[in-house]
Amino acid sequence: MAEYVGQPVLRYDGIGHVTARTRYVDDIQLPGMLYIKVLTSPVHKGIIRHLDTSAAERMPGVAGVITAKDVPGKNAYGLIPDQPVFTPEHIRYKGERIAAVAAVDEDTAMEALEKIKLDIEEQEPVFDPFKAMEPGAPLVRPEGNVWEFNSGKTRKIRFGDVEKGFAEADVIVEGTYTTATNDHAPMEPQVSVAYIDETDRLAIYTVSQDLYFHLGMLTAIFNLPMNKIRYIGGTVGGGFGSKNDIHCDHVAGLMALKIRKPVKYRLTRREETAYTTKRGPWTFYFKDGVKKDGRIIARYVKTVHDTGGYAGMGPYVVDKNSILVAGPYAIPNVWVDGICVFTNKPPASSMRGFGIINGTAADQLQTARVAEAIGKDPWEVHFINAWREGDLGATQFKVEAAGLIEAMKRAAELAGIELPAHLKAMSSRGR
Amino acid sequence: MKYVLSFNLNGLPVDTLVKATDTLLDVLREKLNVVSPKRGCDNGDCGACTVLVNGEPVRACLTIGLTVAGKNVQTVEGLQQDGKLHPLQRAFHEHYAAQCGFCTPGMLIAAKALLDKNPKPTREQIVEGISGNLCRCGTYVEVVEAIQAVAAGKYKE
Repeated sequence: MAEYVGQPVLRYDGIGHVTARTRYVDDIQLPGMLYIKVLTSPVHKGIIRHLDTSAAERMPGVAGVITAKDVPGKNAYGLIPDQPVFTPEHIRYKGERIAAVAAVDEDTAMEALEKIKLDIEEQEPVFDPFKAMEPGAPLVRPEGNVWEFNSGKTRKIRFGDVEKGFAEADVIVEGTYTTATNDHAPMEPQVSVAYIDETDRLAIYTVSQDLYFHLGMLTAIFNLPMNKIRYIGGTVGGGFGSKNDIHCDHVAGLMALKIRKPVKYRLTRREETAYTTKRGPWTFYFKDGVKKDGRIIARYVKTVHDTGGYAGMGPYVVDKNSILVAGPYAIPNVWVDGICVFTNKPPASSMRGFGIINGTAADQLQTARVAEAIGKDPWEVHFINAWREGDLGATQFKVEAAGLIEAMKRAAELAGIELPAHLKAMSSRGR
Repeated sequence: MKYVLSFNLNGLPVDTLVKATDTLLDVLREKLNVVSPKRGCDNGDCGACTVLVNGEPVRACLTIGLTVAGKNVQTVEGLQQDGKLHPLQRAFHEHYAAQCGFCTPGMLIAAKALLDKNPKPTREQIVEGISGNLCRCGTYVEVVEAIQAVAAGKYKE
């Protein structure tokens, strides 16, 4: 061990990367491989009234066409399995998959897509989560536009008594903050290669970040036991959470099962940016009760997360955000309401921190505003309120191995900021 | 309609049948199975497909394949000489200049193009030299350090 501890260790895959021997999924070419393109919805919301793929099927160079009818198992996937691989009827966002064509090359597959007859009854979409929550708003989902947690239409965090805290406060500080949609944009676009292997298993080369999550979902879609799917992963050209969701493996797998030939399905950068999962946009409303000495004694937070047309990991993202959005502070009275709303946009899902960093961005802006309101330096407010060993978080977990004060001291040092002596004297070990 | 395209690839002659619309990236990756140039954006934005054509760095995805007829094309597959890693390859490996590795071939080619012309670049010139190559993992600092180490002669044979 001693020769490793404290020593840099070269990456096991480093030589592969610098020699370009690392095989990413799009680098794989199989003999006789066909290429898939997918017909996606040109409208944001609507109902498919008629779908006729026969002319595409007859086109020279086309090996197969699949739609919702070709899903042998469950036509649904996701952490909360609510999104169809191919929508059979309802369209909930522009770019939703309707049919796929496999052909000798992508140009031919795209020509075939144009031969598919598609009649959609377009409906009025809703894009703004606040409008989606209004009575009479267009329904993105038949069950309503607000996600039902096990605690109802909000994810609730309740700690102490915020109203009592506001009554005892010297100053009330309010603020509303928003964060925008982000795309992960890994350098390697989403791609999948599928074929029937020599033991008659369905083999899939995947870019998945979550092989076993996705394998479970794929068994349900394909209606195959796990031992009939050979799921080959491990090399990911960047994911940042985008590859926590399936984008290509289900389509490629269904096509390979139907036509029994090797297929590749890859998204263009444009398709990936426009249609795949995102970090969803947020709105945060904060109301803080503050004492003039810098203590935040009550914090109310209401959040609205736009998860698009399907849940993706949206509700889980709201869970994680709700737990942490009040910040790493010993605030005795906390009330958080987290709301997850459906709109006619591509589904929001995981991206680097599952909503935590969005909450942190809002919390940091609010805490700076608190400092301004009482005429103190933001460092002071952060230090005074920071969790100490043994403090209780808003979900009543006990803080152990606290290190925020020490981390902030180090951050100040690295930023070249000289902290006043009374802050330097503080420690996470006590107050 | 297809055409015979003949050029020199990493020192060896190749012939292949291409369409007029095939890019150099299509020719290398799909026809010749030379996969070090990556298809990151297919739009000239990311630099992951950078190759050398007669010593000049170009975006293979923006270069029509037929335009390289008779020319010399170099990719990362040709960087190793006599079975030994190129100094840039050793430096990138030892400086952890590759994380997911997808941008690495393009970075290596951009770095080679820079050092071939300017063996002792300043830090600013190195940054300029790789400014057309995106790395979403954010390894730019390590990439610059690796190129600086090669320029300083730390990876001579």
